[in-house]
Amino acid sequence: MKNPKSNSLNLIGKPFRKVDARAKCVGQTKFADDIVLPRMLFCKLLRSHLPHALIKRIDASKALALPGVFAVVTGKDLPIPYGILPVSQDEHALCIDKVRFVGDPVAAVAAIDEDTAFDAMNLIEVEYEPLNTISTIEEAVLIDEPRIHEYGDSGNVHKKVSLEFGNVEDGFAEADLVREDVFFYEGNTHLPMEQHAAVAHFDADQKLTLWSSTQTPHYVHRALAKVLEMPASHIRVIATPNGGGFGGKSDPFNHEVAVCKLAMITGRPVKITLTREEVFYCHRGRHPVLMKVKTGVKNDGAITAMHFQSFLDGGAYGSYGVASTFYTGALQTVTYDVPRYKFQGLRAFTNKPPCGPKRGHGTPQPRYALEVHLDKIAEQLRMDPVDIRRRHLVAPNSVTANYLRVGSMGLGECLDKVVAGSDWKNRFSGWDFANRKLPYGKGIGIACSSYICGAGLPIYWNNMPQSGVQLRLDRQGGVCVMCGSTDIGQGSDSILAYIVAEILGIDPFDIRVVTADTDLTPVDLGSYSSRVTLMTGNAAIQAAERARELLVMAVAEKLGVPIENLSLAERRVFDVENPEVGVSFAEAVVLAESKFGTIGTVGSYTPPRSPGKYKGSGVGPSPAYSYSAAVAEVDVNPDTGIVVVERVWIAHDIGRSINPLLVMGQVEGSVYMALGEILMEEMTYRTNRNVVHKFPSLLEYKSPTTMEMCDVKTYLIEDPDPNGPYGAKEVGQGPLLPVPPAVANAVYNAVGVRIDEVPITPEKILRALKDKARGREARYGPDTVPAVSWPDPLRVLTPAEGGDGTEMPRVAVHS
Amino acid sequence: MNSKKQIRFRLNGEDTEIAFAPHKTLLEVLREDLNLTGTKHGCELGECGTCAVLVDGRSILSCLMLGLEAEGREVKTIEGMALGAELHPLQQTFADLGAAQCGYCSPGFLLVAEELLQKTPNPSRAEIQEALSGNLCRCTGYIKIYEAVELAAARMRGETYELPKESIYGLE
Repeated sequence: MKNPKSNSLNLIGKPFRKVDARAKCVGQTKFADDIVLPRMLFCKLLRSHLPHALIKRIDASKALALPGVFAVVTGKDLPIPYGILPVSQDEHALCIDKVRFVGDPVAAVAAIDEDTAFDAMNLIEVEYEPLNTISTIEEAVLIDEPRIHEYGDSGNVHKKVSLEFGNVEDGFAEADLVREDVFFYEGNTHLPMEQHAAVAHFDADQKLTLWSSTQTPHYVHRALAKVLEMPASHIRVIATPNGGGFGGKSDPFNHEVAVCKLAMITGRPVKITLTREEVFYCHRGRHPVLMKVKTGVKNDGAITAMHFQSFLDGGAYGSYGVASTFYTGALQTVTYDVPRYKFQGLRAFTNKPPCGPKRGHGTPQPRYALEVHLDKIAEQLRMDPVDIRRRHLVAPNSVTANYLRVGSMGLGECLDKVVAGSDWKNRFSGWDFANRKLPYGKGIGIACSSYICGAGLPIYWNNMPQSGVQLRLDRQGGVCVMCGSTDIGQGSDSILAYIVAEILGIDPFDIRVVTADTDLTPVDLGSYSSRVTLMTGNAAIQAAERARELLVMAVAEKLGVPIENLSLAERRVFDVENPEVGVSFAEAVVLAESKFGTIGTVGSYTPPRSPGKYKGSGVGPSPAYSYSAAVAEVDVNPDTGIVVVERVWIAHDIGRSINPLLVMGQVEGSVYMALGEILMEEMTYRTNRNVVHKFPSLLEYKSPTTMEMCDVKTYLIEDPDPNGPYGAKEVGQGPLLPVPPAVANAVYNAVGVRIDEVPITPEKILRALKDKARGREARYGPDTVPAVSWPDPLRVLTPAEGGDGTEMPRVAVHS
Repeated sequence: MNSKKQIRFRLNGEDTEIAFAPHKTLLEVLREDLNLTGTKHGCELGECGTCAVLVDGRSILSCLMLGLEAEGREVKTIEGMALGAELHPLQQTFADLGAAQCGYCSPGFLLVAEELLQKTPNPSRAEIQEALSGNLCRCTGYIKIYEAVELAAARMRGETYELPKESIYGLE
């Protein structure tokens, strides 16, 4: 564990308020749309009303003739493609030759005010030649032409992945039971309360500044340099406090590029604020995923092999999709022991808003499938669903079949807590529906999960740290911590302050935190993949310990006290044996600055190397894995099909809470977001050729209000991880994962129908109940997956088989 | 361009005169003409509660009210909630308990909660849920918001109230 030298902790683990909390409660926090600059123009994007069409002609002359219009740009003004992943640079700021979904932008206007920009937008004439559309995974697999993109594995298949660790057929042969299930998890969106906004300013010295509600200023910085063909050193990206992110502000966006270009053309600041409807089109949310899972088990529930297939509806662009595809197959192995594992994944292009990372990135869908599948296996084996999980947990400090290194592993304790808290033993009927312990309509269900604490590898290949922190101490005693991380509400700014204050013995509210500004702060890759506390925390510890070192050397010399006797606490540096002998923190800085010159230190963090070396091993490795277990208690009305989730018991293995109050907030928020996903939220489109979003509004896209939110009983399990700062692991995403399957399993427990399709709506429950009454399968969900010719899997020997993490050479097969 | 119309009203306890294009909503007048950007917007269609302000003590959605309708009325925004330099008890508890995560919905929640406590100084959990049901928050799951309202209400009643330990550290 990376512990500072002091033995006891003064601040870590204490429930401080966030360093920026008060500003947020008095209306002083400046979000991107709150920025107003002199002579600022307003931008609107003209978006396609067709889902798939060639652009034959764009005529902006009428728009340009409108008084108050300063510039119009179209695709030909920004010809260089970009995209978040190096392997899918498939986006243009404005479409050049064709549009790929309703909402794809084709032109951008800058005008004196928003109303004029809106009027001008409507004066731009675009002549389209409509193309046939691809609107589902099945269509994308079957129909090669027209291609949505001119790249990808084939036709409208963006990516196919096939990996096999050990021989799963051997495992199925050893099994006492082999079961296969098919599931569908509908897509849904982040719905941050803040609509994306950005302001660009190009100054007379040819320097460009962009303020934007982005979770990833570093990647936006890189994309702007590429697309605008400017040296990155002339571009400054400042991420404003995000009014909610959840993954939805992690891509470089069209509107960010457009306002920069318009600011450069007009010489005036340009602002854009998306409408709520446009936020639905930006999307990058949860991929709809169709899944087939086949598992072999022994009679005691031990898994002998698993074969998981996933089919992702990617929407119109790559976004994070290749990573998402791998994530739908990566983390199945880190909860229960899976000795042989095969994963096949396919991502399809469709004419819909692009999907990307949403809280849990690519893992809630397979986790839901796996945990419901396991519940069905438990029923077949007549095992308690707790036991089938509890008995076969992955061992701590082990390497999985797909070469993920598990460190600390608190899932067993998590399970014990929720089982005890929910009084599981006295409420679960042991699959005996004739002798129910709970009345018909009331049900209880359980599920577990795990999530990464940051990705082992950066998005673009490099050998540099993933996170950097810089500290500046001034002679008045001021401490400034600078880091590229972006606070999206989770409290990452505060984590920096708590850690630096802990090590330097000062108050966290003494510290000035400067983050997310590419001119001022060292690179941190951004607020995604639950990486921030672990990575910035470790970087902050290193920077602060280096500063502490300088302070104690100077103070030791001055006081004539051995260095190891000095302690930093309560804004003093003092002799632990003679606490009255010491200097104030500010005096210590003066002594250090007198001795060493200006005091500034840096710290950085690079994750440990992953044992996996096969092609595709880049997604899944993490410095640490968090674990969660949940029990859901539901009330299902068999007459209406309405599900009320009454209570969720959730235990989360946080490693260690840097601030428990913030951890609790992330757990409760994750449970909330999971409830929305399992019960009501869905991105759905009209199925005719128009592929129009059915309800791009906050009213009709249903999300839980206070009236739907359940009671939450939270347990925090502290099993410090050696790679975490003070042992801390993630909490922003992991606690979402067990809740959807726990609810689905509880619904089955309540009324005896399996809803194998998310969200679990009243219509689906009533349909399944009707089928059950007619003697048909008591189930709602998909039956099959598309027939796909998969490439030969890349074969990797598992660690247990003596593998070294590399793939086996492909052997040519001669018949 | 529409010619501007002028109104007079009380804004955060001060007499205010402002001229603006007559089609503007109160939300736009506050943010764009009066530079009070503390009032936020989530939909501008009356669906999310984010832009709530108090008009004559009652919460309204400023995106659905024309600025002209504020003539002669008393409007309170988040900027007027603190008592001078001292935060309103709700602002303190929202900050202290993590009821504001991203903070974007917080101004709306705070003003609606203030209205609730004016009318119901000792609200039950169900009454708090009912009162806040028109405001969406995507971060907190609402629980820390309930706890902040309960703690502020107790303090405003002059009672000492200890937040349950499990609200901060989880259950044992």
